[in-house]
Amino acid sequence: MSIDAYRSLTIDGIHAGLRERRFSAKELTQEALRISEAENEQYGAFLHFSPEKALAAAETVDAGIAAGKPLGPLGGVPVAVKDVIMTEGQRTTCASKLLEHYEAPYSATAVTRLEAAGGVIIGKTNCDEFAMGSSNENSAFYPVRNPVAPDRVPGGSSGGSAAAVAGGYVPVSLGSDTGGSIRQPASFCGVVGVMPTYGRVSRYGLVAFASSLDHIGPFSRSVKDSATLLKVIAGRDLADSTSADAPVPDYAAELGAKVKGLRIGVPKEHLGGGLDAAVGAQVQSGLDVLKKLGCDVKEISLPHTEYAVAAYYLICTAEASSNLARYDGVRYTFRSKNSETLSDMYRNTRGEGFGKEVTRRIILGTYVLSAGYYDAYYLKAQKVRSLIAADFSKAFEEVDAIIGPVSPFPAFKLGEKAQDPLEMYLSDIYTITASLAGIPGISVPCGKSPDGLPIGMQILCNHFEESRMLQLAHAFEQAGGFEVS
Amino acid sequence: MKITLDEVRYISELANLRLSDEDLQKYAAEMEEILTYVAKLDELDTSNVEPMAQVLYPGPADATLRDDEPRPSFDRELALKAAPMHGSGHFKVPKVIER
Repeated sequence: MSIDAYRSLTIDGIHAGLRERRFSAKELTQEALRISEAENEQYGAFLHFSPEKALAAAETVDAGIAAGKPLGPLGGVPVAVKDVIMTEGQRTTCASKLLEHYEAPYSATAVTRLEAAGGVIIGKTNCDEFAMGSSNENSAFYPVRNPVAPDRVPGGSSGGSAAAVAGGYVPVSLGSDTGGSIRQPASFCGVVGVMPTYGRVSRYGLVAFASSLDHIGPFSRSVKDSATLLKVIAGRDLADSTSADAPVPDYAAELGAKVKGLRIGVPKEHLGGGLDAAVGAQVQSGLDVLKKLGCDVKEISLPHTEYAVAAYYLICTAEASSNLARYDGVRYTFRSKNSETLSDMYRNTRGEGFGKEVTRRIILGTYVLSAGYYDAYYLKAQKVRSLIAADFSKAFEEVDAIIGPVSPFPAFKLGEKAQDPLEMYLSDIYTITASLAGIPGISVPCGKSPDGLPIGMQILCNHFEESRMLQLAHAFEQAGGFEVS
Repeated sequence: MKITLDEVRYISELANLRLSDEDLQKYAAEMEEILTYVAKLDELDTSNVEPMAQVLYPGPADATLRDDEPRPSFDRELALKAAPMHGSGHFKVPKVIER
């Protein structure tokens, strides 16, 4: 089979090819591995590959086809998984020097479900260390380059998972989103990225960063493929007490619903100062597409938006400082060689093992939780979080979905923003509010900037309304919204 | 919001991070900038607002609890496998108490 055909295949295309015996799952896996490995030096999307396990999984799918068994929802589909998600018997490094040699002793529930559905994991993708960053430049190993514009970042923290889909290495991948880490790289790379409702997908086996904000979610080139993958990984899991016991709809089957008459709110706070003109113009064109489909678009207000970055960075760093306390040199492979005493072991292991951004966040988080500052920072941020969540509850009384940009600007050049942590934090403004409220969000491609850089449009819906969110995204895609000019 | 080198050194000790003075100086400056920014939260009167620690949905109080039935727990050898030092079924660490 030719490479061009592989790079644009969807799950439906793969299943048609497998059923018609145009290729086998093994051939597909070999092709996925061949092109991913060949281009990894240039783009750095993957941290490591698992050819043996992948080929064995593909052979199982082929044997099933030969025996006349039905294909699973992901049967034979090559998948890439962010390296903060555990895959049993394989390395799971979190793009950290500290876990460079760590092998996961069990698989995340999302991974187990994906494999049970016939998915073939070909490798683990690069990301910012412990998922902390917005450019993928915080990987301890190497940065990822944007497949659309190699001098630019792919976004972060799930930059490798976005690049793997945008580069055509896999049709779908898994990422994690704490403050925008799926949606922002999806927008930078011109692919679809979904952050589900908080609790929709089990986080068992997702290495914890900020537990009240962490999500696992899919990347894909079409809305339908994200819908298919989301259904596979969603649902209650006894191993994660925060996973919700809510029914999981057949998202892909429900995609065709009419969007005519849906009420769409555009927050004026998402189109204000700091927004790149090209991004603003593309989102307006995207909204015009939805108007033509019969959606009722009106301006709304989310008045506490300007406080979201401050609240988010207090909460996420506080939770990170607590979650990352476990890397103490005792249990997870790396221990500093300079460790004569227990206390030296803790301090040196962590001082040597963590990269700069992770260290910065642990220090900030430790500070805001320390005696005398807890009320002023952490508790205050949690109260502001309530106000931000209430903004959304109020808005959803009047509208069915909220739409705006994903990022204030398209992909920037490697190194361009690496020196100023606060500036990087501020760029998360449009994604962070939904993370704090726990509502689902999707980034869909919405044309390109004059320089040819992808721009993403964000659709937010109320808790557990992924189906409506995906329907809107699908209708937008069918109407040519992804290529709107 | 002024953050001194001593303050950030104290915080790094609380967090068990051994860092050079040069790095600490840099983190102090960055923290100062970030904390100055987050002070904008003080503009909001939150005296009558409940803190939100977690996203919660309506449901029974025990919705997140499974039945209390014994089941196999994580295998000890597997748990020890990633340890830099272990022996006799335990994690090993450097000497804690001086003789």
